[in-house]
Amino acid sequence: MNLTLKIWRQKNAKDTGKIVEYPMTDVSPDMSFLEMLDVLNQDLIDKGEEPVAFDHDCREGICGMCSMFVNGQAHGPDSMVTVCQLHMRSFKDGDTIFIEPWRATAFPVIKDLIVDRSAFDRIQHAGGFISVNTSGNTQDANSIPINKHDADTAFDAATCIGCGACVASCKNSSAMLFVSAKVSQFALLPQGQVEATDRVLNMVQQMDDEGFGNCTNTGACEVECPKGISLENIARMNREYLSASFKG
Amino acid sequence: MSGILSSSIGRKFAMALSALFLMIFLLQHFAINILSVFSPDTFNEVSHFMGTFWVIQYALQPVLIFGVIFHFVMGFVLEIKNNKARRIKYAKNNGGANSSWVSRNMIWSGLVILAFMILHFIDFWIPEINIKYIEGDMTGLIDPNVADSGFRYYEELVHKFHDHIRTIAYCVSFVFLALHLLHGFDSAFQSVGANNKYTKGLKRFSKIYAIGIPLGFIFIALFHHLKQIL
Repeated sequence: MNLTLKIWRQKNAKDTGKIVEYPMTDVSPDMSFLEMLDVLNQDLIDKGEEPVAFDHDCREGICGMCSMFVNGQAHGPDSMVTVCQLHMRSFKDGDTIFIEPWRATAFPVIKDLIVDRSAFDRIQHAGGFISVNTSGNTQDANSIPINKHDADTAFDAATCIGCGACVASCKNSSAMLFVSAKVSQFALLPQGQVEATDRVLNMVQQMDDEGFGNCTNTGACEVECPKGISLENIARMNREYLSASFKG
Repeated sequence: MSGILSSSIGRKFAMALSALFLMIFLLQHFAINILSVFSPDTFNEVSHFMGTFWVIQYALQPVLIFGVIFHFVMGFVLEIKNNKARRIKYAKNNGGANSSWVSRNMIWSGLVILAFMILHFIDFWIPEINIKYIEGDMTGLIDPNVADSGFRYYEELVHKFHDHIRTIAYCVSFVFLALHLLHGFDSAFQSVGANNKYTKGLKRFSKIYAIGIPLGFIFIALFHHLKQIL
């Protein structure tokens, strides 16, 4: 396949950046999207040019590192996949492909397609954990019976890989789906109840402080989430937050 | 509880509560207006009651005005905040792949509704306030000096829908109201945390409400307009 890539190039956080066009020839439909970018980068290196910087790690859809807005969609046109699982067979010969970084004030661009997602880390630090006594008398988590539905729902929420596709897809750059998944995975389990009030208040406060937008329930985040995190989590977080606020 | 309205979820909750309140008001407004089609006398009686009963005038009307202003102001505040959350836009953004047009354009349908509200207030509410509270005429009669001149409400309604342009403006506004409600109705429930086994049914009901009520208002406007010109 022959393709035209239009890639966002930005030298550093201070650079204004621009879209640069790169023609690609003989692209195999069996290549993954990142392999196609690897080929482009090798060509650029061979020509003595700066390769395109992009985040990637496991390349099997579980680390949440790859983060590209491909042809107007987070992680590209396929559903329930990260961009490393996207293959060139999803495109056709002659296509023009726009490749951009996540766009959100809370996710500033570091270089080219790499954005700083440490805002998510700070939200997690604000309450996305349970405090466990590690003095030697720690109770085995499996000794507390949990009904199957709650365990499964909590596990579904816990599959969030924190890639940021929800923020990138949301027209308001809202981080509600991410935060709600992290709140839900604990809110549904007895181990998470002790710190439930502080957790949701602190995580939402941190989310707001980071400059993410307000959720307007468009549902774009749920559609683009590579792990299928449901909007039900946002409703649960709303309930948790409102109840925690009234409790004080 | 402190600072709930300064948080993103608190604002969303307040926006949803005002929306739910306005949707109940809209249903009540429609229920009264449709009477003008079937029974002008009943419409007059109910309108007079609504326009003179102190609980409605001095307790519910201020709450309604506050609800309307709050919903619009909060809508603009959220829009400004959300624009700040993404200062650099995408060169290519395929929003249609993951969300509905109506959900992405609530601000535009809202602005049309705001323009309509201004027209509607100039047409009905301001003259009503003027007659009752400036001129001091609480009789509701066409001629306050003639006891059997009959109530003025139906006459005023019919008179307004004589004009083609106004009738078209009202109908177009109701289309935008339907678009706004198509997303707003079930979105309000999600915002207050209600997403459960009833959500599927609620979404179906929301479509009936969102299309049915504005369509009913269009019917009323066209009915009175066509009755006069045909």
